[in-house]
Amino acid sequence: MYPADLKYSKEHEWVKVEGARARIGLTHHAQHALGDVVFVEMPKVGRALKAMEAFGVVESVKAVSDIYAPVGGAVAEVNAALESSPELINKDCYGAGWIITVEMANPAELDALMDVKAYETFLASEGH
Amino acid sequence: MTLSETSLKQTPLNAAHRALGAKMVPFGGWDMPVQYRGILEEHRAVRSRAGLFDVCHMGEVEFRGAGALPALQRLTSNDVSKLQIGQIQYSALTTEAGTFVDDLTVYRLAEDRYLTTLNASNVEKDVRWMREHGKGAEIVDLSGETGLVAIQGPRALEILQKLTPVNLAAIPNFWCTRGTAAGEEALLSRTGYTGEDGFEIYLPLHRVAGLWSALLEAGAPLGLVPCGLGARDTLRLEAKMALYGNDIDDRHTVLEADLGWIVKWQKGDFIGREALARQKAEGIRRKLVGFEMVGRGIARPHYPIVVGVERVGEVTSGAPSPWLNKNIGLGYVAIEHAAVGREIAILIRDQPVAARIVQTPFYKRAR
Repeated sequence: MYPADLKYSKEHEWVKVEGARARIGLTHHAQHALGDVVFVEMPKVGRALKAMEAFGVVESVKAVSDIYAPVGGAVAEVNAALESSPELINKDCYGAGWIITVEMANPAELDALMDVKAYETFLASEGH
Repeated sequence: MTLSETSLKQTPLNAAHRALGAKMVPFGGWDMPVQYRGILEEHRAVRSRAGLFDVCHMGEVEFRGAGALPALQRLTSNDVSKLQIGQIQYSALTTEAGTFVDDLTVYRLAEDRYLTTLNASNVEKDVRWMREHGKGAEIVDLSGETGLVAIQGPRALEILQKLTPVNLAAIPNFWCTRGTAAGEEALLSRTGYTGEDGFEIYLPLHRVAGLWSALLEAGAPLGLVPCGLGARDTLRLEAKMALYGNDIDDRHTVLEADLGWIVKWQKGDFIGREALARQKAEGIRRKLVGFEMVGRGIARPHYPIVVGVERVGEVTSGAPSPWLNKNIGLGYVAIEHAAVGREIAILIRDQPVAARIVQTPFYKRAR
């Protein structure tokens, strides 16, 4: 449920490092806790994000949640498929359900994120 | 203060919900299932087949004796004297201002015996209010010993019929009858909170678990699924059934809530009558309306409703409609902007998103 090649945030985002870019999405835990995702609001390409900045919104039938940038940088791509198919976040949260990529401003910020083992320990400590 | 998980009340079905994989949430002081497989799936099951709901958290209060009818006539806005034995009406428990202490259903069980069904979070407040203003009746709070499950959807009757000798088809909408269900003495009520045909089944709390599993088993071949509060909320919203605490409360009158049909002026005096009569004569200044989103976005409770730069109201309920595949909502809007067809906007995260006032209910089943 939690791929070993990703980095994780306490806000339940994942990061996949692809050269100078970071691909960002929501973890299995996040999509499961949300339930059916029905709406995703994404930033414009080019917007500069700081680490920990709220850059988008994901809505399930009942809940509205902010999405935070685990690392800072300029938004390089947004997943336009989520506009018409937000359920991709439920169906394939690490694949077709990715949300944005950013051109990392400071790759050292990755060091503040958790590896899979630390994230699983973190989930357990939160009682999940 | 926030309720800790340990102080939440549990229905006798709590373990059954967890075994079915339900996601549990606090609701009105209760630990309740919000969903099992998913709100969208459960919602569609109710519209196309059938769904089973645990509503044991609801309150049940009986009025007994010769004083029962006069007390209920004084406490509620609908005309209880019109009820025949076995008949049910939707009504409002009104304040002096004509606003809601609660909304409720009133059942006439026998000559001098009535049952009221109340919102879970309001039971204590309601009973206190009823005892204070309903003198002359014997008022008995049965909430702690009464179980309630709802089976809703086009196949609800067929499924429940497998478990009862009562001829269910002979029970009209908003009527009830005593009978057995899965071998247990129960009150079978042709009512619900989903906009579908279906039944609400009252029985002793300690008998609920047996009925629940018998219904799930009997209904499985017909596509019955357990449904949580999430689907209950989207179903009732499509049917424009008000939710206390969202769409109706003690700040909005029965007339503003567009529920004038439950105010019976000819029945005589009741609490709030004077205020409502005055408001009717002067005309209401705001009204609960239904709207659908035209722009991309989902309205949520408390989002402002605007026309141009003017704030004209506030959203009280809003969600994606799983059946109609659009985003819908309810809200109070200043009367000059409340007409069907009116273009409004909902402020979503400070951005106006276009919406339009539409006819309600959003969904009405074919009969």
